[in-house]
Amino acid sequence: MNTLTLPPLLAVNPRLDRWVGFPSPGRVAVSTGRVEIGQGVLTAMLQIAAEELEVAPERILLQTGDTDLTPNEGYTAGSQSIQFGGVALRLACAEVRALFLDHAAASHGYSRGDLAVRDGAITRRGEPTGLDYWTLAAGVDLTRHATGQSPTKSVGDYRVVGQSAPRIDLIAKVFGGSAFIHDMVLDGMVHARVVRQPHRGAVIAKVDEAALRRTAKGPIEIVRHGNFLAILGTDETVVEAVAAVAPNHVTWDGDDPINPYQEEARWLLQQPSIDRTIGPPPPAEPTPGTTRHEATYTRMHIAHASVAPSCGLAVFSGGKLQVWTHSQGVYPLRDALARTLKLDPAVISVKHVQGPGCYGHNGADDAATDAAVIAFQQPGKPIRVRWRREEEFGFEPVSPAMVVTAHALVDGSGRPADWTTEIWSGRHTSRPGGGGNLLAAEALPDPPPHPPAVEGGYPPGAGTRNGEPLYDFPARRIIHHLIAETPVRTSSLRGLGATLNVFAIESSMDELAERASQDPVAYRLSVLTDARARAVVEHAARMSHWQAGLPAGTGRGRGIAFARYKNMAAYAAVVAEVAVDEVVRLTRVWCAADAGLVINPDGAINQLEGGIIHGASWALKEGVRLDAHGISSRDWESYPVLRFSEVPEVIVELVDPLADRPCLGVGEASGGPTVAAIGNAVAHALGARLRDLPLTRERVMAALLRA
Amino acid sequence: MEPTSFTVNGRPANVTADRDTPLLDILRNHLGLLGTKFGCGQEQCGCCMVLVDGRPEKSCGKPLSTVAGKAITTIEGLGTPEQPHPLQQAFLDEQAGQCGYCLSGILISAKALLDRNLAPSRAEIAQALDDNICRCGSHVRIMRAVERAARLLREGAAR
Repeated sequence: MNTLTLPPLLAVNPRLDRWVGFPSPGRVAVSTGRVEIGQGVLTAMLQIAAEELEVAPERILLQTGDTDLTPNEGYTAGSQSIQFGGVALRLACAEVRALFLDHAAASHGYSRGDLAVRDGAITRRGEPTGLDYWTLAAGVDLTRHATGQSPTKSVGDYRVVGQSAPRIDLIAKVFGGSAFIHDMVLDGMVHARVVRQPHRGAVIAKVDEAALRRTAKGPIEIVRHGNFLAILGTDETVVEAVAAVAPNHVTWDGDDPINPYQEEARWLLQQPSIDRTIGPPPPAEPTPGTTRHEATYTRMHIAHASVAPSCGLAVFSGGKLQVWTHSQGVYPLRDALARTLKLDPAVISVKHVQGPGCYGHNGADDAATDAAVIAFQQPGKPIRVRWRREEEFGFEPVSPAMVVTAHALVDGSGRPADWTTEIWSGRHTSRPGGGGNLLAAEALPDPPPHPPAVEGGYPPGAGTRNGEPLYDFPARRIIHHLIAETPVRTSSLRGLGATLNVFAIESSMDELAERASQDPVAYRLSVLTDARARAVVEHAARMSHWQAGLPAGTGRGRGIAFARYKNMAAYAAVVAEVAVDEVVRLTRVWCAADAGLVINPDGAINQLEGGIIHGASWALKEGVRLDAHGISSRDWESYPVLRFSEVPEVIVELVDPLADRPCLGVGEASGGPTVAAIGNAVAHALGARLRDLPLTRERVMAALLRA
Repeated sequence: MEPTSFTVNGRPANVTADRDTPLLDILRNHLGLLGTKFGCGQEQCGCCMVLVDGRPEKSCGKPLSTVAGKAITTIEGLGTPEQPHPLQQAFLDEQAGQCGYCLSGILISAKALLDRNLAPSRAEIAQALDDNICRCGSHVRIMRAVERAARLLREGAAR
């Protein structure tokens, strides 16, 4: 076996029975380490498995995100589920099919080339043999390691992949079934709410337990361990009401006020930073014949703000800890819990249950840890922790504020001869590892050390993600200033640094086109040779009936932007149309995307549409507010998001979705280009450019006054 | 404590609980109807929307005492997979959802709209759903699904 040829996820989970099994006649068990976070991945995985195993999708029992059952695929993140997880599953399924055909041929003296599988049954020259996966299963050892050498079906033979199969999870959600972790009910379940440390390192000075009990309309239990404080009870209404007022009855030492000015990103420019350059060193002097272009763009902290607050359940019984979570990574969470509770990972089971839409590292891991810490203290009691809305807004990790300056040396033809994207940002990755970066762990006695700020390798980068333009500039580099200390906890959110980097690059491309008196589409195409990139730009322009030379400053505008997510996933070009008076009204958005082979076209379009509306919400509305105590935007009024009446018409088309090309991750592809296209459309409408997000009424008014 | 009587999805309910208990908690924790969701507890997101005597109301801020004698309709009262309400059929046909957490509240708001207007414009649909937050960005599909449901209803599908 040559493991070097295996895709990484098959190499770390080589046993075939970790992926596929035949538990009972007519049934196939398929496992994926990927989890459903609202993106439809389970349906796509089912299609991949059905296609390669040649069985009807209805036969498949899909197991997902369970440390007892499924492969360890790390995190469901980074638009990598299909591009990497799907590839591993496809190869594993193809190999299982091949092993059964080999066995059928060998055991019955058939010629291997005459055999095929049709809905789980073995056929010989198209005729039934009476054999099938289930009758042969005893003779095929699936504990063997994958070789990755079995041929997969050719794209032209696909019957399931490439079809817009309906989402398997939607039915329960439309008919009001028990669909989410919030809906789990365990026998004897105890509800719990945590009284959060106001900030890392805060120490409980006093808990007025008598006052807490007086406010309670029923029995409660108060649990304290170090600076971890929780209210427990069997009546959720009672526990919730006490938790809402509990902060008034707990005092903390070690007050550590922050500077609310830090809600705007420019404070980053004054901070000490860890600096590095990716690419050639910047020129000491501008090249002769070039002129300098420089523009700075900013973004506030952004909240995940899932529609429901985080939830976790746990029970510690007989020396074993069972945890239910909507985390993106059951295995990493298991290891982090083991370190936090000083338990052997082997006694911990972590199972994924669906939660509200997840766009990155939110409060899910923390809520699960809250439940696990309490359950560990109270053996035998099933504990359910559901965060309060204020808690979700106030304590989930947020996406860091960022500043990006685009520097270009522009040659005589108006094109950049040298390009620098200079980035200032807090950390974009602080997922739980080593027991750190979990709120409950930090409140326990002997908290783990604060993990150092890290950026991660480039590509794909984190804060640096998409910092390198895909255009044919002779010299390109990223200068990255990683700010280690931020006023609030930050981590990954859909797109990571790509959102502001694409905004900065694509806004600058429009500014440079204007300097060169060229149309933004034509200007981009003049510096873009990547054929697939050109195709999506041209496709989006066609879809939107793009016209060059429309006058600026009329109050109506349109803008285009393009990026290939991470410079290695799906390509997307977006055209936005706006009408601006005092506020920006987004009227229409067109998007063309190339995601390579698409498993489920409607699912991919749904993701791109979601990214467009999510991006529009970032561009027009979102920014975390701070006060001296931390995050002050703790409800939907102080953290507004795009509402139905503000949503544009959205038209998405896929370029060549059934062509035989590798799958490219699509979940985060449209956000950055949408934000940038809106910025360009607003600049076109106003005849003046706004470089600070979000593009609120106040900022529009200020720009109009300046103009 | 005196029991409070009302109907849920046409069936009588008698609940003995503190009269300040939010209707949402009554539905989920006392009556075991888990289709109505908790989103914010502040009447801002619409996840907990139910019909009270036909009007859409956020159940998270509605004390039990205020629903005595009223008729409550929850998502469970719309239809079943075997006999879906046209709205539910249309949401499946349009694949109108991503995480789906907001959908029960949205379906209730949409039902309230279609109960009084069988030919709503896109703007009227958006207005009717503006109290509901969808965070995944399924809005366009959702509005298309409401239009499709209205069409089904106009064509005489069972309500």
